Amino acid sequence: MITQGPAAVISNALVPSVEFEAVSFAYPDGTRALEEVSLRIEPGESVAVVGQNGSGKSTLVRHLNGLLRPTAGRVMLDGLDIRGLHVARLAERVGLAFQNPDRQLFAGRVATEVAFGPRNLGLSGPALDERVGAALADVGLDGEAVSNPYDLGYSRRKLLALASVLAMRTPILVLDEPTTGQDARGVGRVRDVVAGAVAEGRTVIAISHDMRFVAECFDRVVVMRAGRVVLDGTPELVFGESAWPELRAADLEPPRAAVAGARLGLGSTPTDAALVAELVAAGRR
Amino acid sequence: MSEGLVLAGASYRYAGASKPTLRSVDLRLDSGRVVGVVGPNESGKSTLCLVVAGLAPGVIGGRLEGSVGLDGIELNAMRSPDLAQQCGLLFQNSATQLSNMTATVFEEVAFGPCNLKLPPVEVIEVWWALRTVGLEKLASRDPVRLSGGQGQLVALASVLALRPRYLVLDEPTSELDPAGTKLVTEALERIVRETGAGILLVEHKTDVLARIADEVLVLDHGTVALSGPAATVLADPRLAELGVEPPAGVRLERAAKASGLEWSAELAEAVG
Repeated sequence: MITQGPAAVISNALVPSVEFEAVSFAYPDGTRALEEVSLRIEPGESVAVVGQNGSGKSTLVRHLNGLLRPTAGRVMLDGLDIRGLHVARLAERVGLAFQNPDRQLFAGRVATEVAFGPRNLGLSGPALDERVGAALADVGLDGEAVSNPYDLGYSRRKLLALASVLAMRTPILVLDEPTTGQDARGVGRVRDVVAGAVAEGRTVIAISHDMRFVAECFDRVVVMRAGRVVLDGTPELVFGESAWPELRAADLEPPRAAVAGARLGLGSTPTDAALVAELVAAGRR
Repeated sequence: MSEGLVLAGASYRYAGASKPTLRSVDLRLDSGRVVGVVGPNESGKSTLCLVVAGLAPGVIGGRLEGSVGLDGIELNAMRSPDLAQQCGLLFQNSATQLSNMTATVFEEVAFGPCNLKLPPVEVIEVWWALRTVGLEKLASRDPVRLSGGQGQLVALASVLALRPRYLVLDEPTSELDPAGTKLVTEALERIVRETGAGILLVEHKTDVLARIADEVLVLDHGTVALSGPAATVLADPRLAELGVEPPAGVRLERAAKASGLEWSAELAEAVG
């Protein structure tokens, strides 16, 4: 069992690498969503996947837990094709929180909802209660354990869906637009969840349209356009001025701090903090 | 008789709820104006939309105190088809809005006008609505097979197709990519300018409000915590305490000043 706590760090040996090898996918109606995507994600990386609506982001991550199977190419965990893995085995390794929580939630009580996954992993009694309690606390829903999920507003249902994935304590965490519909406090919770998982050495892969969240919380940004990866690198690289033409071709805008930094000739400043630091440094020069 | 959509001392309690969700809310939405609504989650923003659009208590029950009037007529005295043409509501969750009964995006957007038995000439409005949100190319697609963001645009088009005088939009850009957000922001600006509609806009993205809202109202625990001209409210230091992220310009200015930097006109210009 993987243990977790403020000080618990998951050994990289337990976190599998992820590899997409020339993965293509077409939906039954013929829509081609992925075109030979190749991508390797090392254990413990934090990766944001960005791109226009319909660029293939959700399709890509749904391959990670076997919800979708490639039309061509392979998806591998630690070098092993996941085609050979039972869905239950995959669920122990990859936790995916959907974009729309209502596709995920089904129980009549918040705690039951969160307990469903770990119970299916064989947990019961105090160990299960501890899992559920910790996951609810992580998203700030510890006071709602006995509520009905549908008495919660959309944003808190979304945090609940996130908690039910956290309770699985999977080495790989996949979040599909975790900050949409969240207020500043909710975005703060999601940031803490991402930072916490990264600090524990887990791999976090998140889809987001929130470029500020992406630039501040992830080490690597993958930009998709029309089913292909068109940019892949650090926030400094992807949001740096030389990448803007490609970024804009993908219908994305760099974060405001990056635009301001470029206008002021300060180099690549993808975050507010980077911009302010550059301004301070420029003032000293 | 007063023009506009006006809430005066409006309090609303859901059926079976122990406490009211909205308390003594005053709000005024005039034609050609955009009033932004922000506030933390569960502060009553979506409920405010339901009340302003006459769905609460009209359709979903509950108890309303105070007054909600449209051009001087109380909403509860209006027939719902009339109300639907006066005041269009976009739900927060677009899946709630779509009928799941139509085969194409075009039919989905035409569903409202057809239901109101508007003359066929109104079909033009369907194309106008689709064009306004950039969906004309998807007109023949199956609405349930669209991405989350596309579904949200279809839902918005279906509200626009009725050409209501007042639009009540509950987070219309929440599932949109940056390009979609820009498209909708510009479309709303255009709608206000060209049709003189009044828009009540619930939106977490304060950058959008900084651009198009005339006034902003901040809800907290069902009451109006702050309200006034958009620029003033969005720069109010209490905004962050209320769980609302200030616009990028305000945020960067604060971060720079906190580091002891002088906030020059050049910096303000660069941040935009």
